[in-house]
Amino acid sequence: MSMARLSTFGRWLSCSLLLAGAGIASPPADGFPPQASSSEELLTLPGEIGKPGGRLIVSLRAEPKTLNPLTAADAPSQEVILGAMQADLVHINRATQLTEPALAKSWRVSPDGLQYTLTLRKGLRFSDGQPFDANDLLFTFRVYLDENVHATQRDQLIVGGKPITVRKLDEQTVVFQLAKTYGAGERLFDGLAILPRHLLEKPYSEGKLAQTWTLATPANQWAGLGPFRLKEYVPGQKLVLERNPYYWKKDTKGNRLPYLDEVVFLFVSNADAQVLRFQSGETDLISRLGAENFSVLSRQQKGYSMSDAGPGLEYNFLFFNLNEPGEKTSPDLARKMKWFHETKFRQAISQAIDREAIVRLVYQGRGAALWGPVTPGNHRWGDASIPHPPRSLEKARALLKEAGFTWTTAPDGRPTLVDSDSKPVEFSILTSSTNADRTKMATLIQDDLKQLGIPAQVVPTEFRSLLDRVTQTREYEACVLGLVSFDADPTAETNVWLSSGGRHLWNPSQAHPATAWEAEIDKLMEQQLVAPSFEPRKKLFDRVQEILAENQPMIFLASPDILAGAKNSIGNFHPAVLEPYVLWNVEQLYFKDASGNARP
Amino acid sequence: MMHRGGWKRWLIALAVLHGIIGCAGFFAPYDPAEQDRERPYLPPMKIRMVDTAGHFHFRPFFYGVHLGDGTFDQFEESTDQVVPLQFLVSGARYRLLGLMPCQKHLFGAPASRIYLLGSDAYGRDQLSRILYGGQISLLSGLLGAGLTLFFGLLIGAAAGFFGGWKDGLLMRVAELFMALPWLYLLLALRAFLPLSVSPLRAFFLIIVVIGAVGWARPARLVRGVVLSAKERDYVRAARGFGAKNGYLLRRHILPETSSVILTQAAILVPQFVLAEMTLSFLGLGVPEPVPTWGSLLASLQQYSVLVSYWWMYLPALAIVPFFLGYLGLASALQQDASTGKIEKAASGVRQ
Repeated sequence: MSMARLSTFGRWLSCSLLLAGAGIASPPADGFPPQASSSEELLTLPGEIGKPGGRLIVSLRAEPKTLNPLTAADAPSQEVILGAMQADLVHINRATQLTEPALAKSWRVSPDGLQYTLTLRKGLRFSDGQPFDANDLLFTFRVYLDENVHATQRDQLIVGGKPITVRKLDEQTVVFQLAKTYGAGERLFDGLAILPRHLLEKPYSEGKLAQTWTLATPANQWAGLGPFRLKEYVPGQKLVLERNPYYWKKDTKGNRLPYLDEVVFLFVSNADAQVLRFQSGETDLISRLGAENFSVLSRQQKGYSMSDAGPGLEYNFLFFNLNEPGEKTSPDLARKMKWFHETKFRQAISQAIDREAIVRLVYQGRGAALWGPVTPGNHRWGDASIPHPPRSLEKARALLKEAGFTWTTAPDGRPTLVDSDSKPVEFSILTSSTNADRTKMATLIQDDLKQLGIPAQVVPTEFRSLLDRVTQTREYEACVLGLVSFDADPTAETNVWLSSGGRHLWNPSQAHPATAWEAEIDKLMEQQLVAPSFEPRKKLFDRVQEILAENQPMIFLASPDILAGAKNSIGNFHPAVLEPYVLWNVEQLYFKDASGNARP
Repeated sequence: MMHRGGWKRWLIALAVLHGIIGCAGFFAPYDPAEQDRERPYLPPMKIRMVDTAGHFHFRPFFYGVHLGDGTFDQFEESTDQVVPLQFLVSGARYRLLGLMPCQKHLFGAPASRIYLLGSDAYGRDQLSRILYGGQISLLSGLLGAGLTLFFGLLIGAAAGFFGGWKDGLLMRVAELFMALPWLYLLLALRAFLPLSVSPLRAFFLIIVVIGAVGWARPARLVRGVVLSAKERDYVRAARGFGAKNGYLLRRHILPETSSVILTQAAILVPQFVLAEMTLSFLGLGVPEPVPTWGSLLASLQQYSVLVSYWWMYLPALAIVPFFLGYLGLASALQQDASTGKIEKAASGVRQ
């Protein structure tokens, strides 16, 4: 199944990632870009007509570890590769969230949903001028599926327990054969970079593929199909990409894209430092902004403008430890787990949480309160019938009373919630110490719960040890976390909702579903995966959302807006709520005036 | 030159300052954990005597505030809403000095809420948090210094008095303690602690850690004094008369260390307050929502807070009078001790 995309750590941080791959190329020997010939089947992009030239400078949180799409597991590598150097067969448009043709100009799905026939564009060239055809594609998928290569994409290409097979019909046509229908369909191909056979076949046959294409690779050893290609890498400072003169997209006037001459990624590890660089004009774009920094920048707009793209796909939630107490579980935790397993207890907590306050105080109003995992940023999959009950302490108290909880008066005169054994109800809430937003949410929840007579402790913990507690030792009581989907399609979340999934956070990797409702979710998720079209899939996933809302294994809190900024001189700047937020249309970005070039 | 007894003035000043912090419940208008979600990052309110129409009010007052439309932290004064400031009002319950249940506060405004020093990200009153935060910071400073000096005195005196291999061993351990990278050890320690450490336990843990870390330096100072004291003629004479070790230490040697100990105490207390602040700043301190000076300053780690909300710096200012007080006391004590010595020596000559 194609769930392994979720298993990367990056998803967990507010900085999530998409997997993608790319090739990067050397400059052509002759040095001038070839004219678009009639034999090339270029893709025409609608949009503002831009001016050629200019150097775009953006900050990157960390130095990419590699430029090899096969081994890129860290977010910065994927951002660079996906954002600027990569091209896939079918692409998910980050603005519309729908698939559209890329290297494949069209595709056909067989009626049983098992066969995808893709027709490739004719006459395309890699960034080093070498032609691209079906053989490169066959080579790419052979490499991806080769167990000895350990490509990060491999798990994604195993559908229904069997690897996808690829077969060439002619130089322009390939057929993909799946063992089982795949609900998200051609979305499968998004982010799968097509590799140049002429450069990588030799290292592959020598078994050195994983070691190639590091950052130290000379630019002429590179080739890719993305809008930009490698020019220069300065360790610890920057990565410079230059225009790919053979890129296969053009604007409506027939000008070959991209417009920009160069894209420079500066390595700026600190979010505040990125803000300062942007503020001083050193960088042209900024994304992944927190609401506080966004408002700082908005207050003193000089030559740049800020934009709020609305809620993204990140959802934050509180969840309780719903594992079954085992032998190693401490008696104290086992006692508390009894409360957590009580559905009415979780519903009461959900009722008591002031989500509007979270949106206002944590995101300064730039976010959306959530009652389910599908954020308003996801255009197609939200279930409108899910109730959005406002905060109500009375209802919360009534639910707790029904579940057998009562209140006593503590020595200091405050009412305290006690369970049926007259033991006081209290628990700790884990948060990641590096994520100020979630710690803030937990502090607000702490105050909400105090009004129910529940003293809660907020415990900011180092992220790795938090994850270890949640998925391995399972010694925790409650936790606030967030997840970011890389795609709007629920298939991307399979690993979270299936009871056997490793990211089924409240009780991960179950052998058998622990509850009837988890079993039902399992069944629905499997059905939606093989359902033939959107409508039945949507219905099935709506039911999943309803079960989640009813049982509250995750108490959904809020989703932050995607906030970004750009210099006023940048044209075609349209931040999207899917990653890469601002560079998804990098081939169309351009400088409206010459000032972009004039920078020292 | 300052005359003898200058330290008394410093001591009085410090006593007053500590009294204010000790009675934080009375001086603070609100409970430090109480959130006012409608007023996050509210700037300090202006106390007025004259209203916008130019009328003089005998009772100080302030204008009510509300959030500007569609903004997060832009507040507007409602000039039609005059809220008089009242003194000795009833409000949140607290325990005076941790003992007496009480409800009276020095000032307040029952009709609305008053934020003399603004509010933080959760709309909690910054003044109340500074006052209550001082309780934990100062107490951990005092207790930490006490603990350190106790161990320092014990180990230093033992090393100096017994000498030989015991001295060597103790001093090597002291050097080891000075060489340890404590901050990293503390970070590691936090990872092993049980998850839900209640604020009270966390507080005591901090004190123990702070106290355990610092004993090496005073121990070395004490050892030096003891080493020279035990060779004095009167000590040897007493020993010649058959005095036991315990008697010698109690009667002749430890009194010699008193000036070192007192001066050290006055220097160590602010140092340990600072240490507590560092730990809390790094998130190793007392958990939310209990305030300490360190955790109050921790929000300044964010650039946006740093440039947007100047009143978040105020907790840093709160420390200044305490530091001046303690350091002034330390230098007065030192001066006192040295003049005392001279006088003693002079009177010895006269005799």
